[in-house]
Amino acid sequence: MNKPLLILEDLCCQRGGQLLFDSLNLRLEAGACTELRGPNGSGKSTLLRAAAGLFPHWQGRIEAAPCLYLGHKPGISALLSVRENLDWYQRMARQRAGAMSALAATVAEALERVGLGALAAAPCAALSQGQQRRLSLARTLLFSEPLWLLDEPLTALDAEGRGLARQFLIEHCARGGAALCATHQSLGWDQAATLALG
Amino acid sequence: MFAIHFRREWRCAVRSRGEILNPLAFLFLGALLFALAFGGDRAALSEFAAGILWTLVLLTNLLSLEALFRRDFEDGALEQCLLLARPLFLAVLAKVAVQWCVSGLAMTALAPLAALLLNLRMEAVPVLMLCLLLGSPALSLLGALGAALSLGLGRGGALLALLILPLHLPVLIFGLSATLDGAAGLDATAQIYWLAAFTMLALTLVPFALAAALKIGAEQS
Repeated sequence: MNKPLLILEDLCCQRGGQLLFDSLNLRLEAGACTELRGPNGSGKSTLLRAAAGLFPHWQGRIEAAPCLYLGHKPGISALLSVRENLDWYQRMARQRAGAMSALAATVAEALERVGLGALAAAPCAALSQGQQRRLSLARTLLFSEPLWLLDEPLTALDAEGRGLARQFLIEHCARGGAALCATHQSLGWDQAATLALG
Repeated sequence: MFAIHFRREWRCAVRSRGEILNPLAFLFLGALLFALAFGGDRAALSEFAAGILWTLVLLTNLLSLEALFRRDFEDGALEQCLLLARPLFLAVLAKVAVQWCVSGLAMTALAPLAALLLNLRMEAVPVLMLCLLLGSPALSLLGALGAALSLGLGRGGALLALLILPLHLPVLIFGLSATLDGAAGLDATAQIYWLAAFTMLALTLVPFALAAALKIGAEQS
């Protein structure tokens, strides 16, 4: 049997002297998607950051496959155009994956899929919140990392955008990937398990 | 790998012209103010010109360092870079390299003009430019380290100055000494070698420290 892509064992996180969660256990196998639910301040984002390796103040065990993290901040530079932003990510993706990235989409394909093809040359400062989110979403297509850690991927997206996000998740899991999604809205995919915090 | 990040940073730098021009304008305004403050006493100004110029260079560099990581930190590109860039130290080195091009290298190129404003002896100008060229990478690298460490602290301008200026002292001391020797027509080779050695040391050690400091800074969001 394949090794799970994400293992959290007895995980305990503190932030600002406050205990967020205690003895949290989770195993994400290939093809699994888990929704991370919980009220504001229950530690969803912190859990994702800890799993991604951005937040070191935890105890327990975290074992994560190479992952792609989409945070609250879009990671999109307003000074660059839509295409330039994605180019940077794609070059980093190629550097990481080498030959594996043959699986991943090109920048143009990724932009077409999220409906930003016509805006490729536009400066990102001119994009709306929702369009920025779509651009972040397009990033997921450039990488071949098996584990996705998504923080509120549905925020600011319209119905069609949410559909796209769901579609990308389904495709990713069908390819043998796994995803952990912090979200307040349901992803609308009945195969997704739920982990509640707080 | 270096080229990927260098190109991105270069584009960002060119498109935020104010951030390049403000520090350079500060350099010239500072020089102009000193020139005016000395009244008509060009001999006295000439005597202090090297010291004034090096101090202004340090402060100008500090000004352009403050924003070095802030934009990327705020829009999240920094955390993505920390997670995705392999190797990380080349990515941060590219960032500092671009900052150096628009700050240290630009100041080196403009040094003769500032020297003219401050009535520095013309014999000292080639030495001054060489010292700036060799010393300013160390200023940028050490300054970037300070900028990375003060990243999570909001507007850490004053703290940044407290952190970095002491580290900049060796460059100031050797650069100034070389410029004074150059003005007096003496040989400044020894100080120039020291500056080169200092920059090489910073270039080999700082990128790794910088990568670690940025990871600590990125925790704060």
